[in-house]
Amino acid sequence: MIIKGGVVYDPANGVLGEEMDICIDGGVVAEAGGGPTIDARGMLVLPGGVDAHSHIAGPKLNAGRIMRPDDGRIGTEPLRGLCRPCTGYTVPNSPAIGYRYARMGYTTVFEAATPIIESRHTHEELEAIPILDKGALTLFGSNWTVMECVGEKDLPKLSAYVAWGLRASRGYGVKIVNPGGGEAWGFGSNVKGLHDPVPEFNVTPAEIIHELARANERLCLPHSIHLHFNNLGKPGNYTTAIETLDLLKDIVPSRDRQAVHVTHMQFSAYGGTGWRDFESKAPEIADYYNKNDHATMDMGQIIFGSATTMTADGPLEYANARLLHQKWSNHDIELEESSGVVPLVYIRGSPVNAVQWAIGLELALLTEDPWKVLLTTDNPNGGPFVKYPGVIALLMSHKRREEEMAKLPEMLSKRSVIGSIDRELGWAEIAVMTRAAPARVLGLKEKGHLGVGADGDVSIYEIDPREVDPGSDPALVERAFTQAKYTIKAGEVVSRDGEIVGIPQGRTFWTDASVPEEDMARLMTSLKEKFEKYYSIQMSNYMVQEAYLSRPVAVRAGVEVAQ
Amino acid sequence: MDAQIMVVSVKAIMISGRTLGQGAACEAKMSPDYFREASSCSLSQADLRGLGISPGENLEVTSEHGSVILAPQEDRGLDPGIIFIPMGPWANCLVGPDTSGCGTPQYKGVHVEVKVTTFPVLAIRELFGRFGRTRT
Amino acid sequence: MIHEDVICSFCGCLCDDIRVETNDEGIVKVKGACRLGSSKILGHGPGHGRISKPMIRQDGELVEVGYQEAYDRAASILKAAKRPLLYGWASTVCEAHEEGVLLAEEIGAVIDSTATVCHGPSVIGVEEKGLAGATLGQVKNRADLILFWGCNPAEAHPRHMRRYSSNSTGRFTPEGRKGRTVVVIDVRETRTARLADRFIRIDPGTDYQVISALRLILAGKAEILGDEVCGLPKGMLVDLVDILKKARFGAIFFGLGLTHSRGRYKNIDCALSLTAELNAHTKFMIMPMRGHYNVAGIGQVMAWEGGYPMSVDYSRGAPYFNPGETAACDLLARREADAALIIASDPASNFPRSIVEALAEIPVIQIDPYENPTTLLADVVIPCAIAGVEVEGTAYRMDGLPLRMRKVIESDYPSDEEILKEIRESARRLGDDH
Repeated sequence: MIIKGGVVYDPANGVLGEEMDICIDGGVVAEAGGGPTIDARGMLVLPGGVDAHSHIAGPKLNAGRIMRPDDGRIGTEPLRGLCRPCTGYTVPNSPAIGYRYARMGYTTVFEAATPIIESRHTHEELEAIPILDKGALTLFGSNWTVMECVGEKDLPKLSAYVAWGLRASRGYGVKIVNPGGGEAWGFGSNVKGLHDPVPEFNVTPAEIIHELARANERLCLPHSIHLHFNNLGKPGNYTTAIETLDLLKDIVPSRDRQAVHVTHMQFSAYGGTGWRDFESKAPEIADYYNKNDHATMDMGQIIFGSATTMTADGPLEYANARLLHQKWSNHDIELEESSGVVPLVYIRGSPVNAVQWAIGLELALLTEDPWKVLLTTDNPNGGPFVKYPGVIALLMSHKRREEEMAKLPEMLSKRSVIGSIDRELGWAEIAVMTRAAPARVLGLKEKGHLGVGADGDVSIYEIDPREVDPGSDPALVERAFTQAKYTIKAGEVVSRDGEIVGIPQGRTFWTDASVPEEDMARLMTSLKEKFEKYYSIQMSNYMVQEAYLSRPVAVRAGVEVAQ
Repeated sequence: MDAQIMVVSVKAIMISGRTLGQGAACEAKMSPDYFREASSCSLSQADLRGLGISPGENLEVTSEHGSVILAPQEDRGLDPGIIFIPMGPWANCLVGPDTSGCGTPQYKGVHVEVKVTTFPVLAIRELFGRFGRTRT
Repeated sequence: MIHEDVICSFCGCLCDDIRVETNDEGIVKVKGACRLGSSKILGHGPGHGRISKPMIRQDGELVEVGYQEAYDRAASILKAAKRPLLYGWASTVCEAHEEGVLLAEEIGAVIDSTATVCHGPSVIGVEEKGLAGATLGQVKNRADLILFWGCNPAEAHPRHMRRYSSNSTGRFTPEGRKGRTVVVIDVRETRTARLADRFIRIDPGTDYQVISALRLILAGKAEILGDEVCGLPKGMLVDLVDILKKARFGAIFFGLGLTHSRGRYKNIDCALSLTAELNAHTKFMIMPMRGHYNVAGIGQVMAWEGGYPMSVDYSRGAPYFNPGETAACDLLARREADAALIIASDPASNFPRSIVEALAEIPVIQIDPYENPTTLLADVVIPCAIAGVEVEGTAYRMDGLPLRMRKVIESDYPSDEEILKEIRESARRLGDDH
């Protein structure tokens, strides 16, 4: 197909608002092409949206659905056209996830966290999501084998385990959540900081993070470690954030990318000593990011209204439930992880929620380089992904922020600097934060841009960036991004004016990393012992089998893989 | 020594549930093994004595929802006033349709009366005979 | 041929260390499984209940027909119905479940699983309170206190205690049974109770009060209680709470004693609350003892496909969930279901008799390998390959852990998944009359 005459923003290739044609041939962007034409004159054309951190599939999302029939009712949509029936607002059913992302112009979404032993479940759900290309990040941070390798200072064996764990889970990258805390939570406690040794294992979170980062680079994985800090959600935790980031300064990335991606930074940018003097430390975090280049982050913006928190940070969820007097689900996973699910509501009248709202925006607006900040809400922890267009409007319009702040408690101005920020992000920056940067951060070479050879994923929005001033017309911006005029996936129109017109099956990316045989052999000896003594299932039944990925894309990596 | 009292019927609370024998035969429901397991009931020694049951006799158990004849057994783990029946079509003759608004009938804690009978236990096809579809 | 690490397809334990020996004739030996699993895997051949051909009832008799005729008849029955019910699901694999949901969407049916006569109340309890849980390996490696409430694993989940709970050994539990305290609470002294360190017999229908009393004691309000709670001395309950609080890791397993008794989901709500409250003192988790090997799986599949784990009504085109109204027993009791497809279950045996009477009044399609009382009511009978033995596929253990069931022998029978797909295709060909 040929997308004619659109106003294209493709920042990865230096295209910033050029009127040009995009040709797609054989599902990829090409120099020239034929086929049907889409008239995109006067419209904004972007690469298909890429969400690098979203909870879209797996055990805790389903636990969220099961415990929240109240959420199901909110988003009910009947069978219509190509669309199967939909339910849910913060925890939609799998078909709804595909349709709703596609309507917004997103074409690639990564599941934020999959526990290795239950990854079959994650893939069953990923397969049930139509249209989108996807992948999942594998949890490693509270894993017995990981902690033992770290304690033994055995980097080759740790690397072999990471490679094996990615294969066992068909995962794409290394996810670390409150490292060590998941194990401590196994007996009901938590780690208090980076240097608090994990009970029974006597390694510290700092050691776990640092060695996993080294293993990540030794394996030349496409993505860096993807990190949810210790002490998340606690007033004063910004010091943990900075301490952890400093810890990773000596990590040399094996590929052209960051050494660490920090996720939902909003929840880790807190000052104060308690909820009474709770305040934003986003300026300090942004300042750090302005002075250092080894890290990226995603926002974790909160949206007022209903949310469902779900995370591998088990102790955090227990604390949430007690604080908010909410129903609480917990799921600790043998030898590997913990997790919890707690529904909550973010309300404008709450001073704490107001500051949280400000923090996410401050992070994006005070960090100079948009390539370091991805737009997320940690869906559905901060809010559902369908609210991304509202976040875009807030970032692009000071006026919109003022309107919103007028509804928030006055003390906000004392606890955050959001009111004093004039900066308004432009089209190029939004294109970076929602497409180009997520793709680069994840190491997806054919995503997030429209250069020749890129996947033919394009979103066309009914808004002319040359005519509209997003700062003064945020409502128009929000409306345009809520429903793409066209969403194109691998050269096929999948959504037109909000109607789903194509439901191709997306591909699942996973990383197939190789290690020296003797390292794998040593690993196997200790793994066999784990299955004999500790796991409740047999090793031969453990790995995710091929049958679970209908369209796998195995990205090669490994100790011997050249850049 | 206590005087022997002939009791005509015993009031009990019926509990239906899983047993090893019922589970092992549950995929062969038309078999003699299943019949033997699922059409029996267990009572305490005291209740069986109180009923005055003789070898070869059965028990007729009745609730507000229906009645069924079962082969008796003794179970020393039961207190007097409790009758245990393995889950299945015989037990379910006594269970009512009310789900108390939650979808699940009350399979345990059904008030019943138990008396001795000389009538035989119905075989599985006979149990479903009056539904009018069984001809085989 | 020897097959190692076969996964048992009977109960929610989903033991995956079974050794099966086959030859040209079929399965000859099963090693490592309990009596229930061995029986299931060894199976029953023709002459012992295995249905050989599809059948359609004509003039009261079941007459053998070909598969296509059976599919077409099933499809036309379902299409003609206003409120068809697709029920069962617990003893087949998730790949079949997904087809079931698609069929329900296609014809506007109510889809429900055996959970509604089993742990459905637990689902409702979880909707109220959430569930503080863990995988079974956590129990094995950490638990020093096991509480079985209203369940009898010795007879319903025979290998549970050795593999996962009271008698298992793990990293932090090297002493196994000796290092654990096992408490059983039930209305009768079961085989499980005889293995306990402490057995507390309670009166039927008093679970809610007893659990509530424990919660009060835990909250430091024992003085509100009288000297006895439902016939149990208060001191006994105070002792019990003490034992629970002193655990390093407590695991509560509960069964139909709570879900089937007076109070139903409120009993579960109370038990879930107790567990959450215990976490303020020490680590505690709770788990329902799911009966069938993949009843957890149908719940998972229905939740991700349609938003709710059971009792979902698609008749209006959008999923509607309201157990008490949309559960199988409710629909049948109100004579609202006017056709039923029964798969991987036997409601004629397991529903209250008056509800079976309602089932007998409507056209019934049965998909099952074996003849059972539901066959006696069926108008169309479609024999299938046995999932988990003759067909591969996914199943979810009682703790939510997914495993891939192996195939150990070939079968000429179609799988549940294939059968459902064919019925759906046939229904589609009959045209749209919404």
